[in-house]
Parts: sequence; structure tokens; C-alpha cells
Amino acid sequence: MSMKLFKRRGSPPSPADPTAQAPDAQSAFFRMEKINKFYQMGEEQAHILKDVDLALERGEYLSVLGPSGSGKSTLMNIIGCLDVANSGRYTLDGQVIEDLGEGELARIRSREIGFIFQNSQLLPRLNAQKNVELPLIYAGVPPKERRRRAREMLERVGLSDRMGHYPNQLSGGQQQRVAIARALVGNPTLLLADEPTGALDQKTGRQVMGLFRELNDEGRTIIMITHDMNIAKNARRVVHIIDGILTEGGGTADA
Amino acid sequence: MLDSLRSTFIMLGECVKMSLSNILGNRVRSFLTVLGILIGVAAVIALITTVNGFSGSLSSSFSAMGAGTLTVTVTGSDLKSGLSTDDLATLAAMDIVDGVTPSVAMNARVSRGGSYKTGISVSGKNGYYFTRNADLLSRGRAINFTDEDNMTQVCIISTDMVEEFFYGVDPIGENLYIGSIPFMVVGLMTEEGSSNISDLMSGSPDILIPYTTALKLNSANVVTSFTVYLAPGIDSETATDQLEAELDAMFSYEEDCFEIMNMSSIEDTMQNMLNMVSALLAGIASIALIVGGIGIMNMMLTTVTERTTEIGLKKALGALPWQIQAQFLIESFLLSVIGGALGILLGLTLSLILSRVMGTSFVISTFAIVLGAGFSAAVGIIFGWAPARKASKLNPIDALRSA
Ligand SMILES: Nc1ncnc2c1ncn2[C@@H]1O[C@H](COP(=O)(O)OP(=O)(O)O)[C@@H](O)[C@H]1O
Ligand SMILES: [Mg+2]
Repeated sequence: MSMKLFKRRGSPPSPADPTAQAPDAQSAFFRMEKINKFYQMGEEQAHILKDVDLALERGEYLSVLGPSGSGKSTLMNIIGCLDVANSGRYTLDGQVIEDLGEGELARIRSREIGFIFQNSQLLPRLNAQKNVELPLIYAGVPPKERRRRAREMLERVGLSDRMGHYPNQLSGGQQQRVAIARALVGNPTLLLADEPTGALDQKTGRQVMGLFRELNDEGRTIIMITHDMNIAKNARRVVHIIDGILTEGGGTADA
Repeated sequence: MLDSLRSTFIMLGECVKMSLSNILGNRVRSFLTVLGILIGVAAVIALITTVNGFSGSLSSSFSAMGAGTLTVTVTGSDLKSGLSTDDLATLAAMDIVDGVTPSVAMNARVSRGGSYKTGISVSGKNGYYFTRNADLLSRGRAINFTDEDNMTQVCIISTDMVEEFFYGVDPIGENLYIGSIPFMVVGLMTEEGSSNISDLMSGSPDILIPYTTALKLNSANVVTSFTVYLAPGIDSETATDQLEAELDAMFSYEEDCFEIMNMSSIEDTMQNMLNMVSALLAGIASIALIVGGIGIMNMMLTTVTERTTEIGLKKALGALPWQIQAQFLIESFLLSVIGGALGILLGLTLSLILSRVMGTSFVISTFAIVLGAGFSAAVGIIFGWAPARKASKLNPIDALRSA
């Protein structure tokens, strides 16, 4: 499992051409077809995601760029199996998500997905290492192995000297790196980040983006959501979302 | 299968750790939350332990007062107002009876030299009484059968009487006047005096005289109160029945001429009353447990609301609903059990103090401790259930958005 993830599987498909994803659709690692999401607002029904189609191969680095209120977080919740679409078909790593119950969705979140939130969302009462261990607790990993993997991940994000620090003893950038370590510790197939630099200054934002690039170079599949063009272009492939409509954008310069 | 069981245990162990750190991280708040449980359990423990100690003391003093005796009070009929000396002899001759001691009680004016005192309790006893209550005497001699037969004017006096009338004088051989009749002091009672139940009920007598003399003094010729000492190994129930039959015959089968008090049945009645009172009080105390449970539930609901983001986050990180529920259930369980444990300690301390104050025995009741522990555990689970369920049902998206 980990071998598969850390090895690049060829180069990402050409992002310039949206039809490029079509040929091998059935076997795609990640595939969304005609995803629709509505929210009931009193009498009215708000149509938030409109016929969203999206497919990814393993090892891709995608950013979803769109203005505030365009439906980015809604999309990410569906991708992250925190929410399900009202219609459409979503398959992840061979599993049809719509068919799954609450418990199975939780298992997918635990095994397949690593979340990174805008405000790193660390638990204030736990130190960095314990925060990173958290997903492994629910996966039932024994304490020793849990500790080892958490320390390994904190080393990976450059925080080997901060393992015992509590969130309020860490800078914003360090907190976000702890959150990244926590997202990685379960060895997920897909890394999901919602505005990961939203709460950071430019310099630390750049550091985090550098880390994302490294992770992608190691073979991680990443979907990053942002409203910031400058952040979005760190990804190898960019899609735009406006008013719930997803359109393929251009690849980034250095892809 | 074994693997999933193992990982479940790992997860639950972690829940215990997290709960403890939450509980200890908010010490004051946790303490206030468990106060209701603490007081409830302490009250139940203190009640049960104290009542147990009290009833232990009660039965030992009951057996000191009158194990193996029956006490008879005669109201009499128009024809026969009490028992004659012959009647008493008949009773004493019964197989079940070892001996009979009449009690002829009166209040009298007692004087010596220039000083006097009224309202002194004087009781007439026979020789047999002193064979059964030999430890009553501290000095001198007992009233014996010769005194009884000859209606001698001798008396045995309490330490109070000694202080009252014989300051600086050895009372033995001296005279004391009951009314206008002189009695020679032949013996002294111990400090404790009589522990005989009929004496205790009529107020411990200060002066004991031969009962025949007392009857004469009273210008009465019948005995209306006496104690029957049963022969060794005789069951008090059957003895009561036989004695009743004998007395019925003496009173020509008229109704309500006498009453037989059986010490062990009185003790049973008192124990039953004590148990009922303690059950009632424990019931009232358990209301405190319910109030305590509501306190815990309230606290847990607050906690769930406060930790909405945390719950959402944990769900996003893959926590299953039952895992979230387990975490909060464990937390309320631990809160309640900690409160219960503190309550047990407080309850035992209280009952130790109470037993010292009341002079009863202090026996730790396993039953009370098991009850307290079980009750608090149950309260934690029952009142923690709804909040934990609420937490497990939280939608992770809403929970995360609220941050
Ligand atoms: N639970 C909800 N109920 C009703 N409307 C919602 C809910 N969640 C999101 N929305 C609406 O959906 C739209 C898209 O929201 P969101 O996905 O959070 O946008 P973004 O992340 O791009 O800013 C917004 O107009 C928002 O008000
Ligand atoms: Mg958003």
C-alpha cells in the first residue's frame, strides 16, 4: 500500500485538454459524474453544485479555484465523503460512494482521505504528536505504532523538534504543518485541502505550498481548494468553479 | 474478528485517557458537576452504615436487657387485681421457668437526719432477682430469701442516694427512712444501676427493698409487674404461649388482664422499624442521586455543544458514530463514578464520625459500597446516554462550519 503511494505512477495526464480524462473513465481512481447538490432554504431550493464532472488519476495535483460562495466547500465535503450528492455518481478507488452507509463513509474517511482545513483545526488540549495520532486512534492502531508513525510524519513536515508542543505554542504555519502531518499519517490515497493557506501569511503560505509540491512529487494525489489564483497555480492542474459549475482551466506554467 | 476486537479496546482505552484529561482539565467544573452524585452516594452510604451500626448496638443492648426473659404487666380483672405470692410460686414452678422476680414500684419521700428528698423511685425485689443480677452490687449484701420471708426493713441504694444522704459516712449499717419507716442499708449498687428492662421502663430505681416489705408499704397484696426468667434453651415464643395459657387460667380466662412482653419480638419489631426508616431515608437520599444524574446530563449536553467542532473534526478524521458515542458515554460514566467514589469516602467518614458520637459500632457495609458504586455507574450511563447519542448524531459538516 505505502509503496504504491510513494512511487510516482507515470506522469499526470495532460491537464490542458478536458477530454483527456475520458478514455479510461471506468477505471479512473477518482471520478465524479453529473454531481448535483441542493440545499433547502426554507421554501426555496438552492442549487449549489450543477452537473459537476471531474476525474483524477493517482498522483495528480489539482486545485479547484473559485470565488467565495461558488460551492467549493460543498464540493470538497462530497469528495471527502462528509456529505453525499443529491444526484450523480461518485466513485473513489473503485467504490461507489452513493451506495455506502454512514459507517462505511467513516471508514473511507479514515482510510482513503486526509483532510487539511483552513484553520488547521487542531485539538488545543493535545500536543502536536497526539493531534497527529488522532486519526490512528479511530482506526484502532496500537499505541506504539501510532506514536512511531506520528513522529515520522512530524519529521516529514519538519517539526521533529516540536512534537511535544501544544497548538497555542506553535505558529500558524507550524500548526498547519501539524495538520498536514495528521492528514498524512493514515497514509490516505487522497489528500484534500480546503483553503490550506487561507489563515497564513504569504511566506508561510509559500512554505506550505512547497510542502504540497514535495508530497505530490512523492506520489500523493492532492486536491486543493482555493479562491486565490496565486495559490491555485501551485497545482499541476486547475479547474474553475463559478456558481456551482465546474470548468477545466489551464495547466500551470511549471507543470 | 480478533483484530477488530483489539482495535476496539485500543480505541476505548484512548477514550478513557481523553475523558480523564477532560475531567481533570476542568477540575472545578467537574467537581461541581459530580457534587449531586457525591452527596447522594455519601448520604446513602452514611445512612446504611449508621443504621447497621445502630441496629448492631440495639440488639446487643437488647440481649443485655432481657434475652431469655419475659416481662409481664398485669392490669387485672374486677375479681383479681394482681398476682399473689402463691401465684408467683406457681409460675416459678413451671418447667419453662427458671425463676420469677416481682417488681413493686413506688415513689416515696426519703429522709435521713435533717435532709429529705421526695419522688425517689423505690422498687421491691425478691432474692431470686439478685441471683440473676449479681453484678448489680458493688458492696454489701444482696436482698435474700430470708428478707423476703420476714419482710425485713433492709435496702440497697444507688450511688445517687449515697451522695445525697451519706456524704462522708459509710452507708452500710446506717438507717434511711422511706416515708416514716427506717430501712437499714445493707448493700450499694454500682454506678450503672439496673439494666433490667422493667426497671429501665419505670426509671432506674434508686432504692431496692424486699418486695414483700414493699407490698406492705404499699398496703397492697398483689404483684402487678414481674419478670419471668426462662429456663436455659427455652424458645421465647413457645414460652410466651405457655405462660399466657397459665395466666389465662389464673385470671379465669377474662380478656385483657395482662400483657406479656417478649424482648426478642420487641427487638424484631424495632429492627423492622429501623429497616423501614432506613429504606425510606435511603429512598429520599436516592432523589439526590437522580438530581445528580440530571446535573451530569446537563453538563454533558453543554460539553457536547462546546465541543461541536471537535466532534466534527473527529468524524472527518474517520471516527465512527459509535466511537464518538462511546467517548462521551465513557466521560459521563467516569464523571459519575468518580463522584460516587468520593461519595463513598465521604459517606464512610461521616458514618465513622456519627458512630463515634452516638457510641455505636462502625461496620463498613459492603452492600452499601456496592450499592453506591453501582448506583453512580448506572446514573452515569443512563444520564450520559442522551448527550452521547446527540454527539454521535452530529453532522460533521455543520459541526466543522460552526468553528
Ligand atoms: N448547509 C447549508 N444550507 C444552506 N445553504 C448552504 C449550506 N452550506 C452551504 N450553503 C450555501 O451554498 C453556497 C456554497 O457554499 P460553499 O460551498 O461553502 O462555498 P465556498 O466554499 O465556495 O465559499 C453558499 O451560497 C452557501 O450559502
Ligand atoms: Mg469555503
